[in-house]
Amino acid sequence: MKNFKKAASLLLASALMVTSFAACGDKASDSSAEGEATASEDTFKIGGIGPITGAAAVYGKAVENGAKLAVDEINAEGGINGKQIEFKFEDDEHDAEKSVNAYNTLKDWGMQMLLGSVTSNPCIAVAEETKNDNMFQLTPSGTAVECVQYENAFRVCFSDPTQGTECAKYISENGLATKVAVIYDSSDVYSSGIYEAFAAEAKNDGIEIVSAEAFTADSNKDFSVQIQKAKDAGAELVFLPFYYTEASLVLQQAAGMNYSPIFFGCDGMDGILDVEGFDASYADNLMFLSPFTPTSTDEAIQTFVTSFKDAYGETPNQFAADAYDGIYAIKAAAEKAELTPDMSVSDMCDAMKTAMTEISIDGVTAKGLTWDASGEPSKAPMVVKIANGDYAVVE
Amino acid sequence: MSFISYLINGISLGSVYAIIALGYTMVYGIAKMLNFAHGDVIMIGGYVVLVAMTSMGMPSIAAVLLAVVVCTLLGVVIERVAYKPLRNASSNLAVLITAIGVSYLLQNIALLLFGANTKSFTSVVTIPALKLAGGQLIISGETIVTIITCIIIMVALMLFIKKTKAGQAMLAVSEDKGAALLMGINVNGTIALTFAIGSGLAAIAGVLLCSAYPSLTPYTGAMPGIKAFVAAVFGGIGSIPGAFIGGILLGIIEILGKAYISSQLADAIVFAVLIIVLLVKPTGIMGKNIQEKV
Amino acid sequence: MWKKLEKRTKSNIITYGMVIVAYIVVQGLMMTGNLSSLMQGLLVPLCAYVILAVSLNLVVGISGELSLGHAGFMCVGAFSSAFFSKCTQAAITNSGLRFFLAILIGAAVAAVFGILIGIPVLRLRGDYLAIVTLAFGEIIKNLINVLYIGRDSNGMHFSMKDSMSLNLEADGEILINGAKGITGTPKDSNFTIGVILILITLVIVLNLIHSRDGRAIMAIRDNRIAAESIGISITKYKLMAFTVSASLAGVAGVLYAHNLSTLTALPKNFGYNQSIMILVFVVLGGIGNIRGSIIAAVLLTMLPELLRGLNDYRMLIYAIVLIIMMLFNWAPKAIEWREKHLKFKRHKEKEAQ
Repeated sequence: MKNFKKAASLLLASALMVTSFAACGDKASDSSAEGEATASEDTFKIGGIGPITGAAAVYGKAVENGAKLAVDEINAEGGINGKQIEFKFEDDEHDAEKSVNAYNTLKDWGMQMLLGSVTSNPCIAVAEETKNDNMFQLTPSGTAVECVQYENAFRVCFSDPTQGTECAKYISENGLATKVAVIYDSSDVYSSGIYEAFAAEAKNDGIEIVSAEAFTADSNKDFSVQIQKAKDAGAELVFLPFYYTEASLVLQQAAGMNYSPIFFGCDGMDGILDVEGFDASYADNLMFLSPFTPTSTDEAIQTFVTSFKDAYGETPNQFAADAYDGIYAIKAAAEKAELTPDMSVSDMCDAMKTAMTEISIDGVTAKGLTWDASGEPSKAPMVVKIANGDYAVVE
Repeated sequence: MSFISYLINGISLGSVYAIIALGYTMVYGIAKMLNFAHGDVIMIGGYVVLVAMTSMGMPSIAAVLLAVVVCTLLGVVIERVAYKPLRNASSNLAVLITAIGVSYLLQNIALLLFGANTKSFTSVVTIPALKLAGGQLIISGETIVTIITCIIIMVALMLFIKKTKAGQAMLAVSEDKGAALLMGINVNGTIALTFAIGSGLAAIAGVLLCSAYPSLTPYTGAMPGIKAFVAAVFGGIGSIPGAFIGGILLGIIEILGKAYISSQLADAIVFAVLIIVLLVKPTGIMGKNIQEKV
Repeated sequence: MWKKLEKRTKSNIITYGMVIVAYIVVQGLMMTGNLSSLMQGLLVPLCAYVILAVSLNLVVGISGELSLGHAGFMCVGAFSSAFFSKCTQAAITNSGLRFFLAILIGAAVAAVFGILIGIPVLRLRGDYLAIVTLAFGEIIKNLINVLYIGRDSNGMHFSMKDSMSLNLEADGEILINGAKGITGTPKDSNFTIGVILILITLVIVLNLIHSRDGRAIMAIRDNRIAAESIGISITKYKLMAFTVSASLAGVAGVLYAHNLSTLTALPKNFGYNQSIMILVFVVLGGIGNIRGSIIAAVLLTMLPELLRGLNDYRMLIYAIVLIIMMLFNWAPKAIEWREKHLKFKRHKEKEAQ
């Protein structure tokens, strides 16, 4: 009896939901059917996927803003091949399953090209889907190797192994240190990926890793043990391949322990000076590999930074910059391939695959940015050093 | 020397867990519910202080007081709207799930209000760090303040429960709601008071958590909340001194596990110790053994 | 005819019927091209969550124990089966057979973990049991994050440190790569298999509930001491419910793992958050009510997707809807109101009486 009651009440509550679901489904399938049948809609539909809720929300939000800025600029100047761009961004909460859901939602909307996913693991899952649909995919910031393993996928950022290797090379070539300690996030794909590449390259370069200590997403507040071990092992340089959120804590705690080696990070470190309320003196002499510095005197970068600040009230980080370049890369390739919005998704993808390898763009993350068929960008890594509370590129 | 240094770090971390666990255990002890939203009230407390200090330019003491007031009100409202209607529900799991809903709600409100960007918190503690053994051992000012605050709160809570009428009413409600009602105790009022105190404590815990680990995001409270819950169970949930001891021990185990066993497995070690303790003493270190009536 | 059937049989038929009708409707929509890509993509995860909710209901509703580690068993099932599929991808080319074996392996490994964890843990009760199961779930997640297994011409290599310590030869292949988990799991699961697995789960769970064993389990739930005094072995029956539930969660994990090309043990998908989410399905659907679990799992998995139109406010509204649904379903006042104002319920009640 009780069961009946409960089930009935649930059914009642669900009735509303189910009708709304049916309505949604109908609407979605209608619009996609329209898109295919008439295909004369006069806009390019570009979708974006990334986390805008959850612990990784800051990265997704940056990509969304960066991409929207680029889309608005392009539209104001007449669009791609004279056609306007429509851009829609969906949340994936930094979860592979949700990312595929977001991808399917965008497909229902009529997406023709994808900028995403923002984070590595969801990106790998979505890449599997885009490959099956033969949809063009450009990830602004999916760093894992597998993100671009299929030929329809490209990326704007460096891959994990590239970063790890480049960091090790830079440290040894410039004689920064021979005894190096590493602190990394063992529960994170990005961080452990860079760490492994770094460790492999360090062996070849005569760098000795004196301590390699991990932390996890569940205990990322206290780094005293990891810092203490680096200190006890006499490390001259501590390599921090993770994001600035945790890095700001590491730097403060190291200062509290009177330990001041060279700290060296990778592109996740970009943005550390923009943490509201962060005492920049902790980050003095921090070096990191980054494709983007908001304080660069380069004209294109300054224009980008100014308009980003005007639009969103904050300084763009490298995620925003990658997304911004990503949209311009899509534009360049689409113009090269002479895409028109009435082409099918698959035809677009085939044309874009070739066009991507033929373009060269001057973006905010690199000049003369080109791609090869593997999907990797060719750009030289820059090393940025923080001095007096400001980023400065090390020549 | 490094062992002592690790031990001090463990106590520092543990003191933060302890102060969060005090609020947890207080609410659990009286209302008999796991308030999963407690960690998120802590996060709100952190944001209130941050906004009060940076945007409104308030002095730190005033900001902390404001946070206590805001969190107390928040706690009472949450209790009134989301928990009280379920007080006599046929299963006490219902209110647990609602607490999870409240936790999501607070996180997402914070996300919309304050954005996803990490904010760095300026420590409200001005006491300098204590340096021992020629500067090799450092006890931070935050740790000293946290431990002192913990002890003050602990003693105050115990005195409050033992000596005041409202405290005795709480004890009665925790023992037997029905009997308390018959004795003329305002059960709803007492539970609301419990939430008010628990949430006020959460504000203080939030300030100290953010002072010790100065990065604040809408998700800052979630994991420390769970760790503090573990600490509270560890010490015997419902027991006020147990929460303190459980918190400190948890911090020490976490740090020593990281230092001497494996930094990758730190979480697993903490939880494994918890399991072993509970298997040996199923109600936690300071927990009361409850005899079951047939 | 229908009237003559026992109430229990009727209820079971409704449950099975509901799943089968849903399957036919969805297949029909799919055939006629009326199902959006989003819904098509959601089908397999929905099946996995339904199995999780039903299996957890066995522990929470029937056995009366609060478990917060269900995602841990799902994780074990997912990783063991994905590991198997990845290993044998070349050896077994028939994807149906491979997936069948993967399901068996996922279920078996999860069951073994269920027994191993159940024996010590089930002595505890109430919130203490909840925290210990939560702890086990977190331990499993943490261990999998540091697990490295590779394969080369010399056989299998294993490490708990990092992928370099596997010492693989140049031709080696890393199968489980720590935090990166398993990538490239064959996409073997589909909606039909998912629904078949739901039906199998229902057969197992419903039969267990209505068997002699099930009555013993419920007797322990209702009064442990009384049950013990009439000679029911507490450990045996509690462990039985716990293990069956773990094993079914493992099956859900298999389904989940073979739907995505990447499998990682993140807090998001295999942490305590996921365990709690499954518990939400069970509680919202009605503790002990199998059909309610199915409906709640479907509703709550779809809800965030349906709310996508709200953009930034999506998860906020989701939280509010969750709280309101809980209050509506559980608050004594709300139940009273419903009984007064919703006539058909009283009618149903009479019928049931």
